[in-house]
Amino acid sequence: MNYFNEKMERIDREDLKKIQLERLKKTVERCYHNVPFYKERLDSVGMTPEKFTSLDDLKEIPFTTKADIRDHYPYGLFAAPMKEIVRLHASSGTTGKPTVVGYTRNDLNMWAEAMARLLVAAGLTDEDIVQVSFGYGLFTGAFGLHYGIENVGATVVPTSSGNTEKQIMLMKDFGTTALVGTPSYAIHMAEVAEQMGIKKEDLKLRLGFFGAEASTEEMRAELEKRWGILATENYGMSELVGPGVAGECIYKKGMHINEELFIPEIIDPATGEVLPYGEKGEVVVTTICKEGIPLLRYRTKDITYIIDEPCECGRTTLRFHKMQGRSDDMLIIKGVNVFPSQIESAITGTSGISPHYQLIVTKEGYFDALEVVLELVDGSLLNNYKELVALERSIKHKIRTVVGIDVKIKLVNPNTIERSQGKAKRVVDLRNQ
Amino acid sequence: MVKQVSVFLENAKGRLFEVSNTLAKTGININGISLADTTDFGILRLIVNDPYETVKVLKENSFVVELTEVIAMRIADKPGAMAQAFQLLNDAEVSVEYLYAVNKEKGLNAILVLRTEDHENACKVLSGGGIELLSEEEFYAI
Repeated sequence: MNYFNEKMERIDREDLKKIQLERLKKTVERCYHNVPFYKERLDSVGMTPEKFTSLDDLKEIPFTTKADIRDHYPYGLFAAPMKEIVRLHASSGTTGKPTVVGYTRNDLNMWAEAMARLLVAAGLTDEDIVQVSFGYGLFTGAFGLHYGIENVGATVVPTSSGNTEKQIMLMKDFGTTALVGTPSYAIHMAEVAEQMGIKKEDLKLRLGFFGAEASTEEMRAELEKRWGILATENYGMSELVGPGVAGECIYKKGMHINEELFIPEIIDPATGEVLPYGEKGEVVVTTICKEGIPLLRYRTKDITYIIDEPCECGRTTLRFHKMQGRSDDMLIIKGVNVFPSQIESAITGTSGISPHYQLIVTKEGYFDALEVVLELVDGSLLNNYKELVALERSIKHKIRTVVGIDVKIKLVNPNTIERSQGKAKRVVDLRNQ
Repeated sequence: MVKQVSVFLENAKGRLFEVSNTLAKTGININGISLADTTDFGILRLIVNDPYETVKVLKENSFVVELTEVIAMRIADKPGAMAQAFQLLNDAEVSVEYLYAVNKEKGLNAILVLRTEDHENACKVLSGGGIELLSEEEFYAI
């Protein structure tokens, strides 16, 4: 299987634009007539659905933000009556109310289609047995992958997250060939497998579909090495649909965007100005095939750029380069912008420490201080102090080279940093406490 | 040569208690101990009656542990005895990375535990110079 929907995935770009415009118009109409919030927003800039004649008009529409969804909690932005809504999901709201999203039956079908295309692009076939280690529940990750996998015709093993030892036992007994999860949980699973004495050769695992948290190339290399798999990443968020917006093909050179379902833009996060392909900025997405809760120009806060060169796989879509952090994950330390992903890429693969890390930001007097907590795993460094000090220095130096600031390294015992079964909590900011 | 257990200690309250309590529960006896004064982390060096079991239980409790080869030498408890030993190492140009004393034997002798950059050479010159080195069995049983 090379394509799930070859016609759409290799569509001529001019034909694609026609479809996008037609669907965008329909979406704007739907929003304008069914959602008072959007009517007010569009009226405020003098845009009515009839005025949309080209895709360029998109940039006239004001942005929608997460705060807008929250302010209309729970159903205020729904564009379909509740009798048409067949499923609700909600994002893991770390502060206050969660953001709620509703799906019509068409939305669920579209989602399964979007996800199936990405999975096949990443190597899935109907022969595969896929273990879904995302937590099932209000979180969109597990269900998105679940229906996508079934749509491809592969076998789903819905283990959900947690109970790691049992998961590994099942992986061995069921002959699981593909794993779905967050990169950090997949690393944890590999550690547990090692403790259980199970080697990658004992398993049939060949593919890993990862998402729901940002990760680095170094993390991918670690996952591929530890599990002996081809690891790809896919992208999405509950507000937009869940996973299914974009995903890597087997060539791993950016995430193909399901463009006749989602229109991507990259903007300058400070000015809101649309940036050309290749320039880095905030990802903005307009859903053009959603009925339950369509979003116009949704600011994702994810930072990356768009690749418009052709891909070896033959798909004609634009691609997102790997997400390079979130504008709200960005830490400003001593005036320097620091993304946790930069620290991750500096430390992953360093021998003697585990791939788990935590960043602790404090204030020492008037100055910010960043402490990087790492787990020491290699006892051979204990023969003398020099080696341990040298390890600390080399990590410090690597981080300084990548990020440009001096950090404090804190080595701790193995298994001290909390293992997450979902999205890892990497940053503890104590500056305002 | 004898085995010392090296344990990584993070700079956090209660770590020494955790190590000693873990060993207490397993019935391991500590014969010698050394911990240098540092700020960020420490390496605890232990001489115990059963180094292999010690490594096992500490690892099970998520400590980073290593068995380190060290030399244990018996030094007469009189002025000049230590100078004699170090004269030998000095002449052979063997440098010492660290050392500590184990004062288990009352009266006549002291036991020094040392880690050098060249154990083979150190052992040769020390025993050649009449310094008594302890065997593993003898040492774990002190």
